Amino acid sequence: MVNLIWLLMLVTGIIVSGLNGHIESVTTSAMKAAELGVEVAIELIGVMSLWLGLMRLAEEAGFIKGISRLFGPAIRRLFPSLKQDSPALGAIIMNLSANILGLGNAATPFGLKAMQELQKENPTPDVASPAMITFLALNTSCITLIPATIIGVRLKANSVNPTEIIGTTIVATGCSMTIAIIVDYLIRHRRRK
Amino acid sequence: MKVIAEISRWAIPLLLLLIPVLAYLRKVPVYESFVAGAEEGFITGVRILPFLIGMLVAIRVFVDSGALETVSHWLQPLFALLGLDPNFAAIIPLAIMRPLSGSGALGVATQLINQYGPDSYIGRLASTLQGSTDTTFFVLTVYFGSVGIKKYRYALKLGLLADAIGLIVSVWIVTKVFH
Repeated sequence: MVNLIWLLMLVTGIIVSGLNGHIESVTTSAMKAAELGVEVAIELIGVMSLWLGLMRLAEEAGFIKGISRLFGPAIRRLFPSLKQDSPALGAIIMNLSANILGLGNAATPFGLKAMQELQKENPTPDVASPAMITFLALNTSCITLIPATIIGVRLKANSVNPTEIIGTTIVATGCSMTIAIIVDYLIRHRRRK
Repeated sequence: MKVIAEISRWAIPLLLLLIPVLAYLRKVPVYESFVAGAEEGFITGVRILPFLIGMLVAIRVFVDSGALETVSHWLQPLFALLGLDPNFAAIIPLAIMRPLSGSGALGVATQLINQYGPDSYIGRLASTLQGSTDTTFFVLTVYFGSVGIKKYRYALKLGLLADAIGLIVSVWIVTKVFH
């Protein structure tokens, strides 16, 4: 499916550019995007190193275990296939907390870390495990209490009340997260039978 | 609402303060441990590079072609028939862009907010939509790529379903609350 979507985006993009009479934009777009990829990765190395360094401190001081013990029981119900004391749980909890607080660039390092830990418990290394799929569904649909970036944009655009969309955002993310959890649960149970 | 915004402002400074101080009190060699943990950041960043570039190139070529505007232009009469706000079609490029590219979607949302005004129907809808859905397609390909997963199984469908729900609920709640 990913292969097809990737190809479709490229082909549609090139054909439409041609029809719209600006085929040369394909060249600049592709080159710029490739450069941007490197920029994003380099930036991520910095942020990632910062958060993973802090996380190591938290781990060695025993905080991550404490947090896992506190929130673990609730989270573990969503990940029945994980080991009792799985190190993935800590990273999953940190990632979801960052998402809830709207700290986008802290969420990614914890998310990638969680994937690495989940991969260690994955019996089939090139196929996504149910725990990974549940995690990604949670991660992308996660409830957001503070859409910080968009509040900033509204502030700059002189909104009378920049934070008034917090309520609607909470409702929308609450619904999408609930549906994602339920559908994921149903799929897992149907497949097990 | 103010309280929540304050929490967001203080969260990172507090973490940067509390974790090292408390770890030190627990006799963790703070600087050495930090460096040891940070090392992993480099490896991960390098590992996701090809996935980032592959996705960004395809997405950029697609978005810059103007295909999204064409689609939303076609759909305009349909929304008028459904009795929605006549400007509603302006949201379509954002809705399609959202799962693909975070910075692209933010660009579209910013443009909509400035064009229609932050306190207009479209401005509020764009704000809610931007905050309530994620770059699902992008996150999936990069996260899976970083650990070498090739078969995603039902992950993409599930993620996109959640985005679709987020979109529908956003339209519904913004219409209900602000209209």
